[in-house]
Amino acid sequence: MTDSTYEPRILGILCTWCSYSGADGAGQARVAYPPNVEVVRVMCSGRVDPTFIISALADGADGVLVCGCHPGDCHYINGNCKATARMTVLSAMLEQLGIEPERVRLEWISAAESTRYAELVAEMTEQVRALGPLDWSPRKKVEAL
Amino acid sequence: MSKLRLGMYCAAGCGGCDISLLEIHEHLLDVIAVADIAFWPAATDFKYADIEALPDGDIDVCFVNGAIRNTENTHIAKLLRAKSKVLVAYGACSAFGGVPGLANLYPVREVIDRAFTTPSTDAPTGQRPSASATHSDGSSVGLPAINGTVTSLGDIVAVDYTLPGCPPATDRVWEVIQAIASGQLPGAPAIVGAGSKSVCDDCRLEKKGTRISKFVRSHEIVAEDGRCLLEQGIVCMGPATRSGCGGQCTDALMPCRGCFGPAGDSIDQGAAMVAALGTVIDSEDEAVIRETISQVVDPAGTFYAFTLATSVLGRARTANPEEEVRS
Repeated sequence: MTDSTYEPRILGILCTWCSYSGADGAGQARVAYPPNVEVVRVMCSGRVDPTFIISALADGADGVLVCGCHPGDCHYINGNCKATARMTVLSAMLEQLGIEPERVRLEWISAAESTRYAELVAEMTEQVRALGPLDWSPRKKVEAL
Repeated sequence: MSKLRLGMYCAAGCGGCDISLLEIHEHLLDVIAVADIAFWPAATDFKYADIEALPDGDIDVCFVNGAIRNTENTHIAKLLRAKSKVLVAYGACSAFGGVPGLANLYPVREVIDRAFTTPSTDAPTGQRPSASATHSDGSSVGLPAINGTVTSLGDIVAVDYTLPGCPPATDRVWEVIQAIASGQLPGAPAIVGAGSKSVCDDCRLEKKGTRISKFVRSHEIVAEDGRCLLEQGIVCMGPATRSGCGGQCTDALMPCRGCFGPAGDSIDQGAAMVAALGTVIDSEDEAVIRETISQVVDPAGTFYAFTLATSVLGRARTANPEEEVRS
């Protein structure tokens, strides 16, 4: 179903301390990677309300990538532990709602892992491209009635 | 002053909401002193033709309970909207799709197949309901068609007030009826008969900040009285659910199931519950956290037990979700 012009749109939500710095570093080092992830910076992966993710999917995102500091490295001690619990159960819940787990990922990127960030974006972009457009917002159709 | 004209209708509901209105007991006599029943099929004999014959806006306040599941529900919802000055979504089904809204987890064909292949159903030739049938005398009868997706009342027509709960709490129902009779309802649209905080705010069980290492289902343990159920490992929807019930279920040591819908300004009860569960696990080890949270059984069915139909996504993404189910 995926045509050759399809480009996935992925929302990136990156913690400011590690992952955003890592992504910044990828840019400064001029590492080439796909432009499909549109980044929003937050203070901590523990700040990411699951409502943001579900709303993004309903509003046209084909995937959501949340990145935080590695376990043990959280600037706020355990924000990434909260993110781990939330993303795990959110993923299970979204699977029941027919949304593949590959579309919603939580990954750890330290400030030094620019190359890893670029690889991750490339990998997730291709995974989502293979899944095709999400195109799932039945509520919006109901509200438009 | 002429008497108020009240109505009550049951769409795709269980009838519990009709009972909850009767549960105001002797106050019914006070209601009847100031109001006439314009339409209430569960309590008095009315036909749809009686409603059609009414002038527009004839009913002062009409309560509608039940979700919108089929074309009959849709038709009557629109009819009652036209005939009523004030329309109230009464109960969780009408407000949020309720338990019938969980059918949105499946394609509608699967829902029908499930209903007609359970052991209690006698359908030896695999027959399914048909839209119309012809009697031996040549006359025919029709059945309403199933809608592809369960919706709330507010998705079909403009709703003035929402009175949540499964069913709404009796004391709150009586307060709302008194407000109607005395003209004290807030400006519409509004949620009435409920608070603005979460069920935890009214719950008598004590939260101590204890974290948990294991989730259990309520039938697997005898809950300790006086202690927060979530802190005992039972998935209790209290943190993600609007207050107003007075914590009736948790008072009896049963977990909140979320029937008052999302609390405060939250737009998605399931997401709010996922957020709440993020903070309760007693570990900072990634693998242990994942293992522990994975013990939560049926997250979609639990977190959206009453609000799937009005959640941000609204229904599961499946092949042919609304495929026509009969010829």
